[in-house]
Amino acid sequence: MSLFDWFANRQKSGPSAKSLHEREVPDGLWHKCESCGVLTYAKDLHLNQMVCPECQHHHRVNSDERITQLTDRQTWQPMDQHLRPVDSLDFQDRKSYGDRIRDTQAKTGLSDAVQTGLGQLNGLPVALGVMDFRFMGGSMGSVVGEKLTRLIERATRERVPVIIVCASVGARMQEGMLSLSQMAKIAAALERHQEARLLYMPVLSHPTTGGVTASFAMLGDIIIAEPNATIGFAGRRVVEQTLREKLPDDFQTSEYMLNHGFVDIIVPRTQLKKTLAQLICLHQPHIHTPRFVNLSSAPQSLVTASSD
Amino acid sequence: MATKERRPILLDFEKPLAELEKRIIQVHALAEENDVDVSAQIHQLEDRAAQLRQEIFSSLTPAQRLQVARHPRRPSTLDYVQAISDEWVELHGDRGTGTDDPALVGGIARLEGQPVMILGHQKGRDTKDNVLRNFGMASPGGYRKAMRLMNHANRFGMPIITLIDTPGAWAGLEAERLGQGEAIAYNLREMFRLDVPIICTVIGEGGSGGALGIGVGDRLMMFEHSVYTVASPEACAAILWKDASKSAEAAEALRITATDLLELSILDQILPEPIGGAHSAPLQTAQTLKQALLDNLYELNQMTNEQRRDHRYQKFRRIGKFVEVSA
Ligand SMILES: [Zn+2]
Repeated sequence: MSLFDWFANRQKSGPSAKSLHEREVPDGLWHKCESCGVLTYAKDLHLNQMVCPECQHHHRVNSDERITQLTDRQTWQPMDQHLRPVDSLDFQDRKSYGDRIRDTQAKTGLSDAVQTGLGQLNGLPVALGVMDFRFMGGSMGSVVGEKLTRLIERATRERVPVIIVCASVGARMQEGMLSLSQMAKIAAALERHQEARLLYMPVLSHPTTGGVTASFAMLGDIIIAEPNATIGFAGRRVVEQTLREKLPDDFQTSEYMLNHGFVDIIVPRTQLKKTLAQLICLHQPHIHTPRFVNLSSAPQSLVTASSD
Repeated sequence: MATKERRPILLDFEKPLAELEKRIIQVHALAEENDVDVSAQIHQLEDRAAQLRQEIFSSLTPAQRLQVARHPRRPSTLDYVQAISDEWVELHGDRGTGTDDPALVGGIARLEGQPVMILGHQKGRDTKDNVLRNFGMASPGGYRKAMRLMNHANRFGMPIITLIDTPGAWAGLEAERLGQGEAIAYNLREMFRLDVPIICTVIGEGGSGGALGIGVGDRLMMFEHSVYTVASPEACAAILWKDASKSAEAAEALRITATDLLELSILDQILPEPIGGAHSAPLQTAQTLKQALLDNLYELNQMTNEQRRDHRYQKFRRIGKFVEVSA
């Protein structure tokens, strides 16, 4: 069964099969916008890529849905689905990490917090990584680090652009220093990808913080953000503790990051695929663009006009 | 360096030792007053004190090690620079942020004849100095200054030595505004591009991304009582235990000690400290560091630029624990 069929089956047996009287506002049929409170028919909300048609609030998107949004039908080839996290530190807080992994896997159907693979985006081959906030806040441990590194290495070999959709609280504490080291490991793979003059575009969605911000989220050749996402290094409360004054209202939002020079462009989700495709094309001048006009063969008048 | 005249700052687990030492002094005084020979008893007490010190420092819990790593008298970057280099010119200037970060210092030193670039976090030596140094918590400008100096070193073929000693990168409003995340991320990638040898040593606290921001190298060394952690045990306890008082449990669970990190194949080498910790004999500790740096530099200098870069890549490439299940 292809992953695509799997999505289709999952949707059939998914929340929409629930009976109406279970809740006042059944998940499957209606969705109440967490920003404006307006009820939207769930199917319409999904069709609008989880963006509220009323207020344009961008609701969280899980990795399966994001992959369908960004890749062309039946082009998705997942990579490294056989990698599983292990509790190598024997870490136990209020719950053991081993139990946390098992419970989260059972609840989400995911093996860890990222899905990676090759696919086509408007016919353009890309290496795509999509983080999933549902899996322990999209936190980065060894599996996330390894899968992203393998994705980037493969993209370098096959000379394709890399797109990583970020949604993460940062490094996963339950794997200690193994998690922190993944930041450097991914950065190393990105250095080689960049050295090969290939394009890398992270897409920062809500939230992108901590160790993810301090590594691959901020290393894009072009950094894209979804509107009104939280993007920052330190947690808001931690920053607040260092101050006596109130933080600015837009602190650590996409717009704040854009205004301070750390994001290149904010793209509404409904325009994301189109914009990514456009940017990829613009970096491959032989695709879909008219032939480059050689300046030296341009009419003399043009050249002199510009040098005046 | 802590001088002998200054009164020692005792950690709570050193109290039994301090009491024993107080008794030795008392016995001395009594013997002198009464003109009796007690050298045998004193010898015995001193042996016991030495044994006790050895016992205490050889079985420190992670939380206790953290206290040693954070000891106010623990030598910081400029102490080591002073002790190991023949020459030193500190350089400032990140060329952009508009400030000079006193929490991350750097400059060119001569180490047994060889010019090297030394960079490190700098904690203060007293409260006033600590406020100036922001307790060793560097700002984006600090990381950018470090990168600028590393690029300089690369152009002139100077090996890079980084000394890590920070509770973490500074988390203030200004740091966020100036792109703390970007500053660290940039260093992580660019350090893989450098041709010259890079040796990183955790001399005290290795606090999270703030440590890693100057922590990508061909070798990672740690002093015996240093710690290196993904998040401070206090922050970890607050988040995972929802109880900041559980920081000792978090320190244990996070596996932050040098032996833990050697087992996890993150660390290359542990540098022994004098019994009583680095601050009890700073010059001796500095000699240990100097010798280890020279040994590693000798090895790394034998490699070509290409070999070093590839070695550095593979060193980090291997880090991580996971299982691959059959499909
Ligand atoms: Zn709405």
